[in-house]
Amino acid sequence: MSLKDLEKQPLRVVNLGLQAFKDDLEKQGVPVVQVDWQPPAKVDAAAWEKVLLNSDKIRAANAKVLEIIQQGSPVLLGLDIAKNVIPDMQDDLILHAGPPITWDRMCGPMRGAIIGALIYEGKVKTPEEAEKLAKSGAIKYAPCHEHNAVGPMAGIISASMPVFIIKNEAFGNYAYCTQNEGLGRVLRYGAFSEEVIERLKWMEKVMYPFLDKAIRSLGKIDLKSLIAQALHMGDEVHNRNRAGTSLLFRQLAPAILRTCSVVENAAKVLEFINGNDHFFLNLSMPAAKAILDAAGKVSHSSIVTTMARNGTDFGIRLSGTGDEWFTGKALVPDALYFPGYTKDDANPDIGDSSITETAGLGGFAIAAAPAIVQFVGGSAADALKYTQLMYEITFGESQNYQIPALDFRGTPVGIDVLKVIELNLTPFIDTGVAHKNPGVGQVGAGVVSAPIEPFLKAIEGLVKSL
Amino acid sequence: MPTIGTLVQGKYLDSVKLMLISQEIRQQSGVQDAVAIMATTENKAILKATDMLLPEFEGALETDICIAVKAETEELCREIIELVKVWLQKGLPGAVQSETAEFQPRSIEGAVKQFPEANLALISIAGKYAGTEAEKALDKGLHVMLFSDNVPLETELKLKQYAIEKNLLLMGPDCGTAIINGTPLAFANSVRPGKIGIVSAAGTGLQEVSSIIHNLGEGVSQAFGTGGRDGKKAIGGLMLLFCLEYLIDDEHTDAIVLISKVPDNEVVAKLWELIKSTRKPVVVNFLKSFEKPALDNVYPAETLADTAQLAVRLLNDAKSAEQLKSVLSNDSLFPNRALVTLPKSPERKYLRGLFSGGTLCYEAQFVYHQKLGDFAFSNAPLEIEYGLNDVWQSKEDTIIDLGADEFTVGRPHPMIDFSLRIKKLEEESRDPEVAVLLLDVVLGYGAHLSPHLELDKTIKAIKKDTDIVIICSVVGTDSDPQNRQEVIKTLQQSGAVATTTNAEACALAVRIIQAIRST
Repeated sequence: MSLKDLEKQPLRVVNLGLQAFKDDLEKQGVPVVQVDWQPPAKVDAAAWEKVLLNSDKIRAANAKVLEIIQQGSPVLLGLDIAKNVIPDMQDDLILHAGPPITWDRMCGPMRGAIIGALIYEGKVKTPEEAEKLAKSGAIKYAPCHEHNAVGPMAGIISASMPVFIIKNEAFGNYAYCTQNEGLGRVLRYGAFSEEVIERLKWMEKVMYPFLDKAIRSLGKIDLKSLIAQALHMGDEVHNRNRAGTSLLFRQLAPAILRTCSVVENAAKVLEFINGNDHFFLNLSMPAAKAILDAAGKVSHSSIVTTMARNGTDFGIRLSGTGDEWFTGKALVPDALYFPGYTKDDANPDIGDSSITETAGLGGFAIAAAPAIVQFVGGSAADALKYTQLMYEITFGESQNYQIPALDFRGTPVGIDVLKVIELNLTPFIDTGVAHKNPGVGQVGAGVVSAPIEPFLKAIEGLVKSL
Repeated sequence: MPTIGTLVQGKYLDSVKLMLISQEIRQQSGVQDAVAIMATTENKAILKATDMLLPEFEGALETDICIAVKAETEELCREIIELVKVWLQKGLPGAVQSETAEFQPRSIEGAVKQFPEANLALISIAGKYAGTEAEKALDKGLHVMLFSDNVPLETELKLKQYAIEKNLLLMGPDCGTAIINGTPLAFANSVRPGKIGIVSAAGTGLQEVSSIIHNLGEGVSQAFGTGGRDGKKAIGGLMLLFCLEYLIDDEHTDAIVLISKVPDNEVVAKLWELIKSTRKPVVVNFLKSFEKPALDNVYPAETLADTAQLAVRLLNDAKSAEQLKSVLSNDSLFPNRALVTLPKSPERKYLRGLFSGGTLCYEAQFVYHQKLGDFAFSNAPLEIEYGLNDVWQSKEDTIIDLGADEFTVGRPHPMIDFSLRIKKLEEESRDPEVAVLLLDVVLGYGAHLSPHLELDKTIKAIKKDTDIVIICSVVGTDSDPQNRQEVIKTLQQSGAVATTTNAEACALAVRIIQAIRST
């Protein structure tokens, strides 16, 4: 409003600072919005100066990244064995969640899951042998993220595990993820007992071929549409996947029945999916991954295209800096614990599932999931606030995924590291919590805010690339 | 007494909340001194000056909070520190939690998204961040009132240039008062809408003039604050000129008031040049005598009260200045104002002014100088050689501004928190050479809601023990959130002389000093 029009409009104020000024204005009937201002995170002044000088360039790159994310169209094509489809997958390679890490720095659950995977692969017979092999140097480790894949919690993928094949139809890139094992004692939480290995074997021998045949008989399953619908049905597709799993089940059931060889096995597969509310997580994650990978390398962009944790470090990657990881210490989530467990039992944050938040889902869409608001303080209003807060650090709003409770506003998407720094506000992530010791499994679920260090380092990395 | 300190990390509270917490700590029994403060470089310097910079604070980050407690025993210090940690997290007991179900945006951008009709940003965060946020507000097309101080001069210049380019207001930095479209902002009074437009580089000057205009039955179209440095050469009077131009063009403004400490010569020339372009009368108060330019429509005024009266008279030729003066003095509340009894002891001969308003303090010194030819000592003196070596130690005639930085470190402004003023009043009243205590009581939004209740007990006690004359000027209007009539009546009843203009209070104080010294 230019000064000469000052008198034509009643005063409407944004108050940044003293609350008393807001109260005084409200007493006079003047509409005021209070900004909950906090000082920015401290970054090198020269680096920030360079960011400001290049802000037009960065903004243009970010617009391009956002456009790629908006166009992302993930579909499920079928399944295959990891070493057949995952780029550069080898027999002696194990993929894990989060940024790169060596055996000696790995947390308990990740070590446990690797032990389980080595037994599953038939390379060893006992956990002791597995541990020896794991640290011998004969096994190589790499992040799932560096092989177009993602994995929840420990995120372990070994050569003979079946994986879902997701294609981003708009850009032709692929993403991969294992089948979800369910809750309780499972490999992704570091459990490696006999029942865990048996279940994995059943998933490989029985479920995988049935699912693959069924999906291929359908041609493809549109995950973009399933996720959009799930958001309207109370999922945020990270900590709640009940609607997504149900929607998937409706598509799969007739197809499995039509393509199955043994009806009893078909029933078991369907029961397995029906009994696991998180089955869809292993599809929402690679869907998000496929969307973001397409935007993974746009020079100068300050948008985050990966957030992932390995239980020791929290790592991010920016579109503008491509494959480079920026890491910081992974934090222990604030969680609701299962009976008998406390925060002392919890492992620091772990898993690639924060790819959902990176794509504007999960914690960013928690306002869509009132059923799980006990994780964020208990009221639906709290969930709304968390989502609204995330609009502050994102470059845009999704054109595909909406939140009914916010009048179908698009979810906040495109985490801008510059805004994270300016507001000293890091992304908010929904997450499961693993026991810190291998073999125990999940002990709770809750939320965690990303640590600031990776974002501070990312600024430096971005500045170098300008 | 032992002093124990600790650092709290990862929690940010604004300085006002921390001051309130500090105040609360100091009130705990057994505590001699205490502070909870963000560990900024400036604050560390303050801690050092007050001997509270403990070794553990040296390496603290700017985002850490330092807590230091000096109390009777180490155990007590530790207990208090634990208590403070709880207050930092949950707020003071009994305080209203700002935590509501309503979402609060974290940025100006977020606020504008939520509230696209917004047209003004009121910014009162720490100075070193305020410039960046003001720029963002201008980016979003908002007028800005920048209450924050400690904004660098070059930032001020850049912001004002940018604002003018975008045809937006940038009032400040260190702008405490404005009235826009009839709405008082920050520390301002409730003044009826009218035909007098004001642009002022002086905050309490603006409060005093706008209040008197209201009390004289007229009103204000707009009252812009520019911040005290606008008239300096470095800024070149950018906002003074910009706002003056608006008032000249504004069809709702018939008379204009311009208040500033004497601006730079070039700025003055530009102001005269601009005033030449209009026929509207412009009352000019440079808080000092100055040479009237050869312009028919410039009306110099010396005191703030004169300024308001002149503007009102010019607006309405029917009333002469004399009639207006009678309006002021016929106020039925002050029948015995003239009957002041001088102190009996010949020892009592000095004036002590304890002000909360910077301009009012300045005006008091100006009136003193006008009448006595000499200068009073001050922490903000008219002439540098009359500066106090120790601002806590008055000598002879002393007039101090308790709202100045050196007094407001770690505590709220004296318009809000009367504790320091009461302490100073008690201290001065124990000085056998003091004859007159002079203070301002500023009403309006932002200020204490019952200042009279804060002062009542102290004034009564002083009047009981001594025959010191206590003079209070009450700045404000009957529409302010305080009950002005009640404030005046209470002050009178407790034994003070209350006036409705600062100039009058100052003149009375100086006359008493003159009378004492001539006998």
